[in-house]
Amino acid sequence: MTRDQIKQILIEEIGNIAPEIDCANIQENAELREELDIDSIGFLNLVIALAKRLSIEVPEADYRRLDTLAGAVDYLAAKAGAAENH
Amino acid sequence: MGVFRMPSLGADMEAGTLVEWLKQPGEGVKSGDIIAVVETQKGAIEIEVFETGTIQSILIPAGRTVPVGAEMAVIASPAPAAGSMPTAPMAPPPTPEATPVAIPVAKAVLAPTAPLGGARPASPAARHFAAKHGIDLAGIDGSGPDGAIVYVDVEKAWQARQTVAAIPAAPPKAAVVPDSATAMRRAIAAAMTRSKREIPHYYLGHAVDVTATLAWLATNNAGRRPEERIVFGAMLLRALAASLGDYPEFNGFHRDGRFAPSDRIHVGMAVALRQGGLVAPAIHDADKLSLDRLMAAMRDLVNRVRAGRFRGSELADPTITLTSLGELGVDWVLPVIYPPQVAILGAGSPAERSSIVEGRVTVRKICQLTLAADHRASDGHRGALFLRAIAKRLENPVQP
Repeated sequence: MTRDQIKQILIEEIGNIAPEIDCANIQENAELREELDIDSIGFLNLVIALAKRLSIEVPEADYRRLDTLAGAVDYLAAKAGAAENH
Repeated sequence: MGVFRMPSLGADMEAGTLVEWLKQPGEGVKSGDIIAVVETQKGAIEIEVFETGTIQSILIPAGRTVPVGAEMAVIASPAPAAGSMPTAPMAPPPTPEATPVAIPVAKAVLAPTAPLGGARPASPAARHFAAKHGIDLAGIDGSGPDGAIVYVDVEKAWQARQTVAAIPAAPPKAAVVPDSATAMRRAIAAAMTRSKREIPHYYLGHAVDVTATLAWLATNNAGRRPEERIVFGAMLLRALAASLGDYPEFNGFHRDGRFAPSDRIHVGMAVALRQGGLVAPAIHDADKLSLDRLMAAMRDLVNRVRAGRFRGSELADPTITLTSLGELGVDWVLPVIYPPQVAILGAGSPAERSSIVEGRVTVRKICQLTLAADHRASDGHRGALFLRAIAKRLENPVQP
């Protein structure tokens, strides 16, 4: 899976949590939870969706790595890349 | 033989529009079945029947506005009448002594209808919404069973048509406020105005050290898949529900000039809606649920509320409400009691604060709890004991 594909999936799933937002134009460094007003349940739903679509389980200790769109894509790409190398 | 009446779906509701019957004369019903869809200011709500029997006749056709309490259908009981049968109210009666059987939290029921001009089937609520807003169902993707179009699909399509200005650096605002948001605002205004006019509120606050609880949650969640993880809000729910048993004057309804405690504990959860507005539907028998089941019920309820799908009994039944500001908000809230309830618990965002533990200054995670209560039903002394009981449960997480 490429980095762009991961980013696309992430944007889609964020769109499911925050449907009224134009997710294609989210700034890379915007703080996702604050800018998009996502609460703990919304964020948990995002983590669940990412686990389903990317087969990547984000442990609670790593939630902070998903603070921004850029950070989230980096984190998920690294995890996905690591899985492919095995 | 019984008569099914329009249930009350909230303190501010006087009437609803009957969108569609989901059961027809001759069909059998059992207690808890969804019998019709009613449109209110809070959206399309599925209403349940609380009797088992067969629908004998429908008294009000779809499309009519029906006042709360009006007779809607006649239901014949299954057993043959040996003599005259007492007429029992079908909708959840207003008195707490006769609260309905706990309704399992379940997905919305669809009555798939014949495809419109070859398009996919659509639920009655979806068709009603589409007709009202002039939306062509043919262009909509359905997310329901077998690709059926459900209410939330049509609502999403309609909202997408409204211009939404996306400002990445600032919270997004809709350029046009949809009808449903305005109606929601009116409903909240009516309820809150009534609350402030009629209920003599008193307030108590307490700073709770939740460091141990948050640490316990982190440890517990570390080995769990995302679907099984527990959020802090569930701990608040559990602490509140568990404490109410000893403090019945905070759990029930004040109506007709007097307070009646409820023998069941249904905690209303205030859920903020993304398009603006607030609803606080109930988690039934919250005191009887394990922490895992409480979390599952909470997540399911929040998701359904945000998708616009909740049940009549969830709106009408809360015996107390919890409003939590989650991790994004502010330190504390002075909450407003939702009539006819007599109390509401507010919880601020847990935040790091300098604190004194065993005589030494240290950093702890503090959550500000606030209790607003109806002075007609309780006094500050009991309120303080109640709040302390909740705080104690939050300070020392008990293993489930």
